[in-house]
Amino acid sequence: MVSINNQLSEKKVTEKEIVVALAGNPNTGKSTIFNALTGLKQHTGNWPGKTVSYARGNYVHRGKSFVLVDLPGTYSLLANSIDELIARDFICFAKPDVTIVVTDATNLIRNLNLALQIMEATNNVVVAINLLDEAERKGIIVNIDKLSEKLGLPVVGTVARNQMGLNRLKDTIDDIVTKKIVTNPLKIHYPPEIEQKIQEMTPELENILKGELNPRWVALRILEGDKTLIDSIKQYLVYKEIDIKGEVALCH
Amino acid sequence: MSLTMNNLNKIIELSNYYQKNSQTSNRDKIVSQIYSQSEIIAKQAIRNNKDKTTDLDKRLDDILTSKIFGYPIMLLILSIVFWMTIVGANYPSQILATIFFYLQEQLTNLFQYFNAPEWLRGFLVDGVYRGLAWVVSVMLPPMAIFFPLFTILEDLGYLPRVAFNLDRFFQKAGAHGKQSLTMSMGFGCNAAGIISCRIIESPRERLIAILTNNFVPCNGRFPTLITVATIFFGAAVSALYSTIIASMVIVGIVIVGIIVTLITSWLLSKTLLKGVPSSFTLELPPYRKPQIMKVFIRSVYDRTMFVLKRAVKIAAPAGAITWLLANTYLNGNSLIDIGANFLQPLGYAIGLDGYILMAFILGFPANEIVFPILIMSYLSQGSLMELDSFAALKTLLLDHGWTWLTALNLLLFSLLHFPCGTTMLTIKKETGSIKWTALAFIIPTSIAFLVTFAVAQTVRLLGIL
Repeated sequence: MVSINNQLSEKKVTEKEIVVALAGNPNTGKSTIFNALTGLKQHTGNWPGKTVSYARGNYVHRGKSFVLVDLPGTYSLLANSIDELIARDFICFAKPDVTIVVTDATNLIRNLNLALQIMEATNNVVVAINLLDEAERKGIIVNIDKLSEKLGLPVVGTVARNQMGLNRLKDTIDDIVTKKIVTNPLKIHYPPEIEQKIQEMTPELENILKGELNPRWVALRILEGDKTLIDSIKQYLVYKEIDIKGEVALCH
Repeated sequence: MSLTMNNLNKIIELSNYYQKNSQTSNRDKIVSQIYSQSEIIAKQAIRNNKDKTTDLDKRLDDILTSKIFGYPIMLLILSIVFWMTIVGANYPSQILATIFFYLQEQLTNLFQYFNAPEWLRGFLVDGVYRGLAWVVSVMLPPMAIFFPLFTILEDLGYLPRVAFNLDRFFQKAGAHGKQSLTMSMGFGCNAAGIISCRIIESPRERLIAILTNNFVPCNGRFPTLITVATIFFGAAVSALYSTIIASMVIVGIVIVGIIVTLITSWLLSKTLLKGVPSSFTLELPPYRKPQIMKVFIRSVYDRTMFVLKRAVKIAAPAGAITWLLANTYLNGNSLIDIGANFLQPLGYAIGLDGYILMAFILGFPANEIVFPILIMSYLSQGSLMELDSFAALKTLLLDHGWTWLTALNLLLFSLLHFPCGTTMLTIKKETGSIKWTALAFIIPTSIAFLVTFAVAQTVRLLGIL
C-alpha cells in the first residue's frame, strides 16, 4: 500500500491515525454510535463520485487518534445496490484497521447475516450488539459470551443511546489494533460442489492477488457471478483511479 | 504492492471460465448458506422470554395504521408540524428582519459617508445584501423548526407507517408503495427525494417516483407557502385562529400535491410507463423514543446549515442580477418591467401577474429565492419601504393588485411548477436520459399552468372574487 500512504501524507491523514469502519443494517443505531463516538468532530459529504452521503469523524482513545468512517447502512455486502457496493469496496479495498458491525439485538438473525459476510472479507471485526434495552423489553436475552465464542470475534453489548458499552467498544477496537486480541472469525462452509471449486481456484488466485485480497472471498464472488468485482479491482488495485481511503479522507 | 493489467486479465479469465460453467443457483446456495448459519448462531445465543413481550408496538400500529383512524391521525400530525413551524418561525423571523434592515440602514450610511457612487451602493446594498437578508430571515426560522420536527417523526418510526397507510393508493395508481417514503424525503429537498428513489428497485416505478417527486413542496418553497398563507388566509380570521388557518391551508396544499402525484403516477403507468406495480415488503421498525437534543443539534448543524448555505450562495448573485435587471433601462423601461410586461398576459390568464412569472423564471436555480426576487422587483418600482413586518408585506402585495386568487394560485403554481435547477441536474444524473429530464420539466410545468388557469377562469367566471 505504498502509494496509498504517499497520497495520504499529502492529504492530511497521518499514518498514525487508525481507520475504523462502521458497518451495519439500517435502523440499528449505527448513526447513534457514530455520533456518540465522534461527537461533533465530523465531516459530511458524498462518497467519491457517488451521490450517497458519507460521514467521517475522529475520536481519541488511549492517547491514539482514530478515524471512524460511517458506511452506508446495508443488509448485505453482495453489491446489489450502490450502498452495498460502497460498503463492500471500503471494507475490501481501503482495508480499515478494524470494522465494527453494529447489530440489532432484537433481530439478530438478519443482522448476523451481514456480520458473517464481512467476516469473510476481513479478520479484524468487532461485533456490537446494540439496542440491548429494546431487546430486554421484548424479552430477548442475548448471551454475549456465547456469541463471541461462536463467531470467533470480540462481541460487545451496547445501548448506544445511553452510552452504555461504548468504552468497552473503544477498548476492544484498540486491542484488535495492538493485537492484544487476535480474532479467528468463523468461516462458513458451503455445499461440497462450491467448496470444491473454491479449492480449485485458490492456488491461482493466491498467485494473482499477491495478498491484496482474500482469495477465498474473491473465489466466492466469482462463483456467485458478481459483475462489479472486476471493475472495483481495476479501479482500486490496477489503475488506482480512485484511492478510496485518500479520497474519503479528503471529502468534506 | 499493486496489481497489473496482467493480473486483472487472469481474474477475468478465471471468472469467465467459472461463470460459463456455473449456474445462477450458485448465488442462491451461497446466500442461503450464510443465512442458515446466521440462524444457527443466533438461536444458540438468544433466549426468548415470551411472557415479558410487550405488544405496545402492535397496539400502536393497530391505531396508527387503522383504516378508520390512520388518515385523520396523519393529517392531524402534519397539521401540528406545520402549525408549530408557523407559530415558532413568526417571531424569530421578525427579529431577524429588524436586525437585517437596521444593518442595511447602517450600510447605506456608511456608503454615503464615503461618498460612494449611488449605483455601487444600490448594487451592493439593495441588490446583494438585501437578497441575502431576505433569504436568511425568511428561510432560517422555519427550517430550524421544520427539520427537527420532521426528523423526530422519522426517529419515532412514524414515517414507515405513513408509507404503509398510503400504499393502497400508490398500488392503485400503478406506482410503488415506497414512493411515499421518497415523497417524505422530498419535503426536505426534492433533489434528495429524487436520490432516495433508488430504494425503488423497479426502473419503471422509480421513474414514476422521480417524475412526480416535485409535487411535494420542498423546504425551499415552504417559507413562501407559509408567508403567503399567513398574510392572505390567516389574516382573514381573528389573530387567535390565523396560524391554525394558515397551517390548514398548507396541509390543503400538501394534499393537493399528493392527489396530483397519484393522478400523474396513474396516467404515467397507463401511458409512457406501462406495467403492473411490483410487490414489496415494508418493514415497520419498532417505535423508538427520539433523542430530542441530538436530533435538534444534528438537523440544525447538518441539514439546516447545508440548505441555508446553498440558498445564500444563490441568493447573493440572484439579488445582484435582480437589481441590475431592475436598474438597467431600455427606452425608459427597466429590463424587469419589460420582461414582466411581456409575461403579463400569460400571468393574468393563470391568475398571477408578469412579475410573479418572471420571479419563478429567475428563481430557477433555487426555489428559495423566488419570493425574495418578487419582493425586490416590486420594491424596485415604487418608493423604498421598510419591509419589517407581515403587515408591510401585505400592503406591498395589495398595492400590486394581489387578491386571494393571486395568493391561492401562487401557492398552487409554487407547488406544481418545474423543479429547481439542482433538482433538474439530479434527475439528469439519476435517469441518465435527456428525455426523462425534459419530461420532468414539461409535465409539472404543464400541470401548473393547467391547474392555475382552470382555477383563475372558474373564479372569474363565477365572479366570486
